[in-house]
Formats: sequence, C-alpha cells, structure tokens
Amino acid sequence: MKADIQLRPSQYLGAALLLFLLSLVVLETLFWGHNPASQNLDQVFHAPTLAEPLGTDQFGRSNLARLSSALQTSILMAVFSVLTSATLGVSLGVVAGWKRGWIDRILSIVVNILLALPGLVLVLLFGALVPGSFFILYIAISLVLWVEYFRVIRARTITVMNSPEVEASLLYGFGPWYVFKRHLWPACKKDIYTLACFGAGNSVLALASIGFVYVGLRPPHAELGLMMVELFPYYSDAAWVLLQPLTAVILLVLGFHLIAGGEHE
Amino acid sequence: MIKQILLRRAAQAAFVAWGVGTLTFIMMRLLPGDFAYRIAAGRYGYDYVSQAAAEAVRADLGLDRPAIVQYLEWLLNLLRFNLGDSLVSENPVTQELAHQLGSSLELAVFASFFALLIAVPVGLYAGRHAGGAGDRLSLMVSVILRAQPVFVIGLLMVLAFSLKLGWFPVAGFGSSEYLILPALSLALTLAAISSRMIRNSTCDVLASPFYRFARFKGLTEQQAFTHHASPNIALPVVAFVSIQAINLIEGIVMIESLFSWPGIGHALAHAIFARDVPMIQGAALVMGLIFVAINTVADLIVFKLDPRQREETLS
Repeated sequence: MKADIQLRPSQYLGAALLLFLLSLVVLETLFWGHNPASQNLDQVFHAPTLAEPLGTDQFGRSNLARLSSALQTSILMAVFSVLTSATLGVSLGVVAGWKRGWIDRILSIVVNILLALPGLVLVLLFGALVPGSFFILYIAISLVLWVEYFRVIRARTITVMNSPEVEASLLYGFGPWYVFKRHLWPACKKDIYTLACFGAGNSVLALASIGFVYVGLRPPHAELGLMMVELFPYYSDAAWVLLQPLTAVILLVLGFHLIAGGEHE
Repeated sequence: MIKQILLRRAAQAAFVAWGVGTLTFIMMRLLPGDFAYRIAAGRYGYDYVSQAAAEAVRADLGLDRPAIVQYLEWLLNLLRFNLGDSLVSENPVTQELAHQLGSSLELAVFASFFALLIAVPVGLYAGRHAGGAGDRLSLMVSVILRAQPVFVIGLLMVLAFSLKLGWFPVAGFGSSEYLILPALSLALTLAAISSRMIRNSTCDVLASPFYRFARFKGLTEQQAFTHHASPNIALPVVAFVSIQAINLIEGIVMIESLFSWPGIGHALAHAIFARDVPMIQGAALVMGLIFVAINTVADLIVFKLDPRQREETLS
C-alpha cells in the first residue's frame, strides 16, 4: 500500500522459511492427507517412500501428517495468541497512557504482578491445573504476551499525547478516533509489528517447551515438543525422525524472529 | 536509595507469593470434576481411585469446608512459611524444596559462570571489531541459538557428546561430569543474548566522547579501557540481567527435566505430572522468589556501579 515498506534480506529469508513450512502443511493436505493419529504397527520406522515422504514413527504413523498437524497447531496458537495479546495490550496501553489516573495505576499493578513471575512458569501453572487443553494454553500464553505491548504502547502514548501536534488536533476539536489514527497508530505500528513477530516466535517456543515437559497437549495429539519427547527414546533406531520436529521448531521460530527485523537487539 | 530498592523488591516478592497462591487456588476451584478425586488419583494412581479414597482425601485435607476459609488458612500458613505437605511424598513442601533448591542453584551458578566465560570475550571482540567477520558470525550464531527452546540445545548436546562421543553421562546427578552438559546448554542460551548486549555496549562506549577523550589525554588503550570503558560497558549489561533471569529460570525447568537434575524445575514438572498441588505452588513460588532475588542483586550492582544514580538521590 505504501512505498516505505522496505524489507531487509533477512526478513525475506524469514518469510521464505515460514512459507516453506506453510507449503508443507498445504501440500500434505492436498496430496497425502493421512490421518496423523492412525497407527500401522507393521510399518514402524519405515524409511521415506513416495507414499510416506518423511517415513513413519514408532507406531507406524505418518511423519509427514504428524509434522503437518503439529505445525498447524503451533501456527494457530501463534496467530490466536498474537492477535489476542496485541489487541488487549495495545488497547489497554493506549487507554492507560491517554487517560492516566486510576485506570493506569490499576493496570500497572496487574502488569507488575504478571512480570514478577517468569512467563513460562505462569504457562506451566495454567497447563498444570487444566491439563491438555489448547484453550487454556492459549489463554495463558496471551496473558504472558500482552504485557510487552502494554508497556511499549503506554510509554509511546504518553510521549505522543504530550506532543504539540496532538494538542493542536485536540484544540481543533478532532475526536479520539482521529487522534488515534492520525497520531498514535503511525507512532506505534512499527513496534507492534516487531512485538507481534517476536510474540509469535515466543508462543511457538512456549507451546513446544511445555509439550516437552509433558504438561501441554496430550498424546495422540501431534505437537512439536511432545513429538520430541516421544521420539527421543528411539534416537538410535531413527535419529532422522527425532530431527524432524527439532528442525521444524527451529525453522518456525527462526522465521518469526527474522521477520521481526533480523538483528533486533 | 538502597532501602527503596529493597522495599520495592520486597513488595514484588509479596506479590509473587500472593499471586501464585491465589491463581492456583481460584483455578483449582474453577476446574470441572471433584478435586478430591483428582488428588486421590495423584496419591494412589488412577487405577486405585474409589469413593472411599476420595472421601479419605477430602477429610484429610479439609476440602469439605467453605472455599474462603481454606483460602484464608492458606494465606495464614504462607505467612508462617508453611506451604503444606506434598500430596505424593507427604513430606512438608518446604523441606523438599529446600533440598532441591541447592541443586538448582548449583546448576544456575555454573550456567551463569559458563555463560560469562563465553559471552564476555565474544561480546568484547565483536564490539571492538564491529561490522567485521567475527561480529557477523557471532550475530548469526546468536540468532540461531535464540530461535530454539533451550531443551533443543540440550538434546543436541546429549546426542552429540553423550551418545555419539560418549564423553559425558546422559543424565543424572553426583560428580562434576554430570553438571557440564546441562550447565553448558543453559549457558549457550544465556550467552546468545548477553554476548550481543556486551557487543552493543562496547560499541557505544568505544565511540563515545568520554572514551576518546581518555585516549586523547594520553592514557594507553589498556588504561582507558580499564578505567573508562569497562564500568560503562558493564552498566547496561547488568541492568539487562532481569531478562536473563527469566531465561535462566525458564531454562532451568526445561534443562532439569531433560537431564533429570534433581532441582526445583524437575520437581515442578514432576509435581505437575502427579497433580501434587502444594508442590506445584511451592515450586512456582520459589522460582518467582529466585527471580525477584536475582533482580534485586542486579539493582544493587547497578547502584554500586553508577555514581550518577547515587548522586541523583542526594540532590
């Protein structure tokens, strides 16, 4: 829409990685469409063939189907929790930074409570109390992620609201929506974009991490972290199967991080 | 000022305790299904749950009383540092945690030490030769290391050093050889971020007017670096420690589970699996408190390092 969107090579690389993983999911659904949970014990750790391009796992399940299903879960989780946390964080950040007063103080207290605990421990707590629920994990991850938007956007809003431009706009009688669209959004959108990409990466990491300690989604659900623990005992029989979810996590998160701005420090 | 820092962090610690307890309490009540049955399942195994077992648990833990009474009782016990008994081992939670805390701290200290050992030279080198091949290489490695959960690094370490090369044991606890792989896995994740921090900080300081002035007035590079650059490089790095503390604690949960290291993180994962609610609460609480403690120490170091902060409060 505008000419000012200049992507760096690293960002193209990130987009390419994500497109590659997405195409894996699409191709699997279009051409193979195996059930990720259906077992075939005659075909345990079968080498890749045309029918099973990534081979089979310890129950003879299709690795491609499982990987594709796990990628869908991770990407869905990332999209849902980023949308939720961004909406929540940005709107509350704008309100707190704009109105100040008691609403700002209450929100800051809530944020301080959330910040006092490492995010993953909070997600683990949620996962521990309601095991195996995608929805609860989504709530927990969003709850951890929104704080970051809130803090950045609140700080931005305070600066922008004190600027002469906004004062002029308000004196001219423009409404809050105009001020948001004309002054706040342009000042914040780059931060939101960066935070969203990192947030997506972090939600993928969180989901895989708690899957790995067996607290996240339950088998037979295909989930990247869970797949790793399940396949780990078979490393000597089929290390290449274990490497599939490992590579998928690395590429997925790397893709998001690279899109976020390559070398964001 | 030191008093102010300590007071603020003490308030945060109180928040952690209250937050963890209240959150678990509310969520346990909101859960579908009978609480007593779930604890009975955790205690005796799913196959041995019966009406009688659930009733025994209910009477034992006083679950038939109103929720608000139980909540207030929990808060009161917390004030007396009584976290209840583990539902699985039936030992006091504080006793179990005190035992595990030692192993976790051992791992954390060694991991931080290894991380410094890697990050300081790499960061200083990259900062002094910014834009060079070494700088770009360290950036690439750091981006790749950051793009994966810490347990992936741990897994790859196990695959390479234990299973292929057989240099270190896969998992366990005891002599120092058990410590190296878990500490190193954690250290790599930590160093991936802090080396870049040190690099940026070094870059900024070396380009600053005060450093150039120090050189200009005749100090050798060594003198200028020791007296003028190093404290200024350290300052933002130490201030950044809170983010590192998050990574360290999250990493400990993962790495301890992977290497069966008998610490708090391993205990948390186990307690979750056994649905041992007091242990879950206790472990989460201790992790939150370690987090606050690390940040307090960072605050104090920054305060010592930065004379500007001290003078500000005097004026």
